[in-house]
Amino acid sequence: MRPQGGAFAPEPSPTAIWLIPVASVIAGSLITILPLIATFPVLPPLGLMTLLAWRLLRPEWMRIWSPLPFGLFDDLVSGQPLGSAMLLWTLAFLIVDLLDRRLMSRDFWQDWVLASGAIAFCLFGGRLIATPLAAHVDTVLLFQVVAAMLLYPFVARIVAWLDTKRGPA
Amino acid sequence: MAPPRNRRPGFSRRAQYSLFIGYVIAIAGALVGAVLLALSTLNPPAFSALRAGTAEVTAPVSWAAGSVWSGIASIPSAIGSFFGVRGENARLKDQIANDRRQLLRARAIAFENIRLKKLLAAREPGTETVATARIISSSATSTRRYGLIYAGLVQGIHAGMPVRGPDGLVGRILEAGPDTARVLLLIDPESIVPVRRTKDGAPGFATGRGDGLLDVKPIALGNADYGPGDVLVTSGSGGIFPPNVPVAKVFSRNRDGVLAKPFESPDAFDYATILRTFMTALPPAAVEKQP
Repeated sequence: MRPQGGAFAPEPSPTAIWLIPVASVIAGSLITILPLIATFPVLPPLGLMTLLAWRLLRPEWMRIWSPLPFGLFDDLVSGQPLGSAMLLWTLAFLIVDLLDRRLMSRDFWQDWVLASGAIAFCLFGGRLIATPLAAHVDTVLLFQVVAAMLLYPFVARIVAWLDTKRGPA
Repeated sequence: MAPPRNRRPGFSRRAQYSLFIGYVIAIAGALVGAVLLALSTLNPPAFSALRAGTAEVTAPVSWAAGSVWSGIASIPSAIGSFFGVRGENARLKDQIANDRRQLLRARAIAFENIRLKKLLAAREPGTETVATARIISSSATSTRRYGLIYAGLVQGIHAGMPVRGPDGLVGRILEAGPDTARVLLLIDPESIVPVRRTKDGAPGFATGRGDGLLDVKPIALGNADYGPGDVLVTSGSGGIFPPNVPVAKVFSRNRDGVLAKPFESPDAFDYATILRTFMTALPPAAVEKQP
């Protein structure tokens, strides 16, 4: 995939190649610093969604261990117990990787299904880890999962746009 | 579309090893994550320093964004209040007349209360304010309910201190960093507040449900069942929350207790007052060392 501008486009700076994906995932995790005091889990897990979008767009660039540092950062700002995103995101990446190998052709619908499964796995897993079973959060959590799934194509779109800014892989 | 690129990196041993090592790192890292998770579940304040450090950096951003947002959000209400002010005026005049009667009664009761307390020589622990600060952000992606306050150890805030807003109880401080503190909100599924009913003092526990409401269970089953309309205030038992801070109003009954709606709605949180812990444990008496 060539960026716009053809062969004569200026070379992107080497920092932009790694800085853009890293900064976009961190910015996604930082959605929790919005000045919003929520009664329910209302915001989508934007850090995870951005990371998944990068992984599905550029499988050869996002390393299999990349959820570890990003998950650690997300745990620091999300209010979940430390280690939960590290564990769940990495497991989700391993499962996505397994399924990704078996797929014969590539299609955005498949990416969407994979990402939706990973988002649901991480959110439900996070709920089981962080919140006592008796809590009445499941209905709202379901809405959060569905909203995040519906929002994923937009995130993928933004990530694809960022990828063109980044230059050739 | 084209199938995904084959990620087997040719015949280069080095490239194959680095791919393999990537998987080893991922699985080892997941195990490390599991260990960290176990540690932070068994000992929740374990990594508070890390979280507080991050909050120190993000708090000014949230604070500034919140200031801008509250400025914009106040425009519609300012316009609305300009037009609604006439009706409001008549309503308030009625209310003042009503309140005056109530106030006279309350004054008499307060006077009697002071007299009776003097009679008993009861020592009332102080409920002084430690700091007043803004709640700037919350854990809006998680099922837990935490808030972040833009004041911390520097302002004298420590873990365990109760937090209240203008209308009632907000929660208590969970972790304090130098300039920020995390509040466990009243509505968090792991928050429990000892309460009592205003009319007769029937004690109970208000537990967060995670959906913005509280489950209230009376301590003595049977002889005191709460009903819709009951107003609950903190009872002061347990020693964290000072007594008589409004907590919630009961609105419906369920299987083993009642549902109550907190007076302080998180969506309206703005400034909060951090109070001193009602009764702090006394430091262990210094043991005189025998020579």
